[in-house]
Amino acid sequence: MKEQTTRAMWWRSPSFILDNRQQAQPYDTARGGALSIPPPPSTAMADPNPNPNPLTDKISAYYQTRAAHHGVVSSDWLAQAQAAVGHIPDVDDDAANSDQGAPPGEPFSVIDEFNNWRKQPDLAEAVAAIRALAAVIRNSQATTMMELEIELKKASDSLKSWDTTSISLTAGCDLFMRYVTRTSALEYEDFNSAKTRLIERAEKFGEISYKARKIIAMLSQDFIFDGCTILVHGFSRVVLEVLKMAAQNKKLFRVFCTEGRPDRTGLRLSNELAKLDVPVKLLIDSAVAYSMDEVDMVFVGADGVVESGGIINMMGTYQIALVAHSMNKPVYVAAESYKFARLYPLDQKDLGPALRPIEFGVPIPLKVEVETSARDYTPPQYLTLLFTDLGVLTPSVVSDELIQLYL
Amino acid sequence: MDARRGSLPVPRVRQVGFFTPNAQPAPTRSQSGPPDSSSPPLSDSPASNSLSPVMIPPPRHHSDNLAAAPRPTSPLPVPEPSPFRRRGADNNNALLVGSYNPAETLLAMSPSSSHVGDGESEETMSGGWFRRSNSGKLASSLPSGTFDFSPVQSTAEALKPNKVQNPVGISVLNNTILAEVSARPAPKEQQPEAPSSSKQPKPKLTKAERRALQESQRAAKAAAKAVAAPEEVATIKSVKQHQTQKKDAPQVAVSVAASERKGGDKSQEKERRKDAPAPRMQFDDKSRVEKAKRRSVVDQTEAKKRVELFRHLPQYEHGTQLADLESKFLQLDPMHPAIYKVGLQYLAGDISGGNARCIAMLQAFQQVVKDYSTPPEKTLPRDLTAKISSYVSFFTQCRPLSMSMGNAIRFLKNRIAKLSPSLSESESKSSICTDIDRFINEKIVLADRVIVQHASSKVKDGDVLLVYGSSCVVEMVLLHSHELGKQFRVIVVDSRPKLEGKALLRRLVAKGVHCTYTHINAVSYVMHEVTKVFLGASSVLSNGTVYSRVGTACVAMVAHAFRVPVIICCEAYKFHERVQLDSICSNELGDPDAIGKVPGRMDVNYLNDVSNSGNLQLLNLMYDATPADYVSMIVTDYGMIPPTSVPVIVREYRRDHLLI
Repeated sequence: MKEQTTRAMWWRSPSFILDNRQQAQPYDTARGGALSIPPPPSTAMADPNPNPNPLTDKISAYYQTRAAHHGVVSSDWLAQAQAAVGHIPDVDDDAANSDQGAPPGEPFSVIDEFNNWRKQPDLAEAVAAIRALAAVIRNSQATTMMELEIELKKASDSLKSWDTTSISLTAGCDLFMRYVTRTSALEYEDFNSAKTRLIERAEKFGEISYKARKIIAMLSQDFIFDGCTILVHGFSRVVLEVLKMAAQNKKLFRVFCTEGRPDRTGLRLSNELAKLDVPVKLLIDSAVAYSMDEVDMVFVGADGVVESGGIINMMGTYQIALVAHSMNKPVYVAAESYKFARLYPLDQKDLGPALRPIEFGVPIPLKVEVETSARDYTPPQYLTLLFTDLGVLTPSVVSDELIQLYL
Repeated sequence: MDARRGSLPVPRVRQVGFFTPNAQPAPTRSQSGPPDSSSPPLSDSPASNSLSPVMIPPPRHHSDNLAAAPRPTSPLPVPEPSPFRRRGADNNNALLVGSYNPAETLLAMSPSSSHVGDGESEETMSGGWFRRSNSGKLASSLPSGTFDFSPVQSTAEALKPNKVQNPVGISVLNNTILAEVSARPAPKEQQPEAPSSSKQPKPKLTKAERRALQESQRAAKAAAKAVAAPEEVATIKSVKQHQTQKKDAPQVAVSVAASERKGGDKSQEKERRKDAPAPRMQFDDKSRVEKAKRRSVVDQTEAKKRVELFRHLPQYEHGTQLADLESKFLQLDPMHPAIYKVGLQYLAGDISGGNARCIAMLQAFQQVVKDYSTPPEKTLPRDLTAKISSYVSFFTQCRPLSMSMGNAIRFLKNRIAKLSPSLSESESKSSICTDIDRFINEKIVLADRVIVQHASSKVKDGDVLLVYGSSCVVEMVLLHSHELGKQFRVIVVDSRPKLEGKALLRRLVAKGVHCTYTHINAVSYVMHEVTKVFLGASSVLSNGTVYSRVGTACVAMVAHAFRVPVIICCEAYKFHERVQLDSICSNELGDPDAIGKVPGRMDVNYLNDVSNSGNLQLLNLMYDATPADYVSMIVTDYGMIPPTSVPVIVREYRRDHLLI
């Protein structure tokens, strides 16, 4: 059991996340235990290109980052994270010059910048990308608007290809490009003032995105009433923010947390809520229907909000939404607007899967297949409302917003 | 994005579009009203473009009221031949053929009514002409009863053609007076399809003879009126049964009676018309039908047995008008040959499919614009718009317009109205032509290409796609996906009586697509193996309702029941801000015989002898409405959107549609 715990901790450690050699054989690690523990983190971190390259080994980088940020907090983990945050930037700055991903002749790498931002556990991936892209504009050597735009486009493309499974990263990059470059003032100004304007807009956008969680938390306060029971699935920083603010506002409510297998994100959330003195009950994922009659509302976050108004979120959201729908309980989604993506999945398998290793604690026979998909798609008809920084929206407004943003 | 952030502290739920009934009620008040894409101003509603009888100017009859009304305003002489050469020739031709009334009146009044040329020798031939065009003359040379109110009642547009004709008539007169032969070759080059009979010599009468003729006609009409008066009180059915006589007295009588009835409160009527949104023609509204009929070019014979629930829709006998209209080709003077050709093609069913019909119509309009020249004391925007309205009403009579065509017409009229007055005539004309080209290109051709790109991204290997009927966009999607090397199977579902799927099937099989063909009866059986349903649409309404070939709703519902995603492919120009809840209030009725008879199967034609019995009504609906609940996705040129976002597109891009 002790070995189990250490291994589980190892999985959640940032060094694991950043080690791309490890990810080639995730099951071996799960099965083989300590034997296949990867080389020390320092070498991993010295690796110049931390891109796990999700296309080749099919493991979603997005979920690794999430696992790193959202795993059960332990002092050990915090120490490691602290070390990583303190240490890696230097390494990466050194490595930046030899980064193969960066275009030749360019001293600035958007990926590195992005990784720097990404290491802040509190910063969403998309916001990190937005900050990184803003830095691209700032550091650009371009002398014409067109050049700058092409450079920006290239940077955003490389960010997007860095992790194709992350919806919010792609959406954030796209939205940034839209928001920043879509200003008519650019046509009338000289290059330098246009550039400063772009930087202004970029920073404003970064600021908006950064503050999004606070806004959502404020908006959703009216939906939490005294004495209510809230079912929460997964660990979402927005949902945590919402609940935190409700607790600060002296609302009386209790929370049911699902366990959130396989990365046990529910445990982390219950941890955080317990710190706030909110009554919490942990449920195993399969106890949702059993306890649904006590629940007044379901709160979930989202990895991405798609054009139909449905959401893509951690595995299990769909079934919770189905159960809640059949029992006429409202399902609320808290999601920042940079997660709005121009995707339209028709069914669960319509999206490219984001795979994630799952540990079962016991060795799995080779012949047994494991469903390793990390997320599912919840169609809009099972969602009641979306709390976003644009306001409280019904699912059908998402498409409205997307059409306005993209067309 | 940030602009909205100011007003956030209170939780607000914004809603657009429409919601599925099973959606949870929002816990707070919803602050949004109806989507602001709501009704446009009366003027640019396509209904007012196409179907309102109020707007339809008299296309054919140079009814003498019109000829008489402007008599004081347009003095006779002052011929101005050169700019109106073509038109003059055009009308000269028309004059030859039959509806000679304006010229006649003019001649009668004219002091200089001397006729040079053809003279008596052709009078022998003119007898035949008279017999044929007799009805038209009777109808048009109405007794003075109509004179007093018609100028007031008819709208500005209605008056316009008559004004157009006046100078033309003059120039014609002038031409004849000057004894120029030049008028003769002109019609030939303008109407290449016209048979040689177009050069039939003009029936020349002396003034006295013409007077006598007119006198006798009036007498005959008065008699007929007296006979017909009681009939008007009887049911509309009885009027219908007099189809054969329709052209004669009863119709005149009815119209006179109708207009007399209305004469009293006409100012009130006018007010009401201004306020109310232009209604679509309701064919159970007797007076309106009669009114429209008086102006119509196409003599649609109403079906004897009409389906009761669909009384408000035009129900005509099929297959009779084509020959009639073809023979009338030479009499339809204000009609451009290109318009005429397309109208006949609509009537005959040679052009079908929303895009094809719309493109054909726009190209005909382009031809019209190219050949157009502004008459004197007219402005191009106003006159051309009126002309187009009259053509549109002609098209409507040939076959009811689709909503997409309504949008295209609205676009065209908008472009004409927005023309800068500083432009010269040729510049305006070329600008309109370019606009039409751009509309066809951007809204139809390029839009299709974008839709194909989007939709084929949804086709995966191993898919079984079900298509219904024949939609050109869906066909393009299938072929493109096939070209991309995707491995999929197609199930073509078809239905009687059109069996359009067979043509699609043939083209798909020729390209090597793996196909299955079945009729709609088997759709519930085949649906279990289907992974996606691709459907076309005639138009998409703003509540997400898809208006499409009849049977589409059935396929979509079965697919929904089997949890198969239903994908609608539809260009955004077919989106319409109307809301429709059922297939009854607006639809098109096809030939009822088509469902009663099975061609080539003598053994199953059980209805042959019963079809005349009074208690059988055959209903052949052409379209149906699929509720938004059964639609998973609409693929349009703006991307893939849920059906709830149709009003967003309509709202955001309506201006765009009009201006491009």
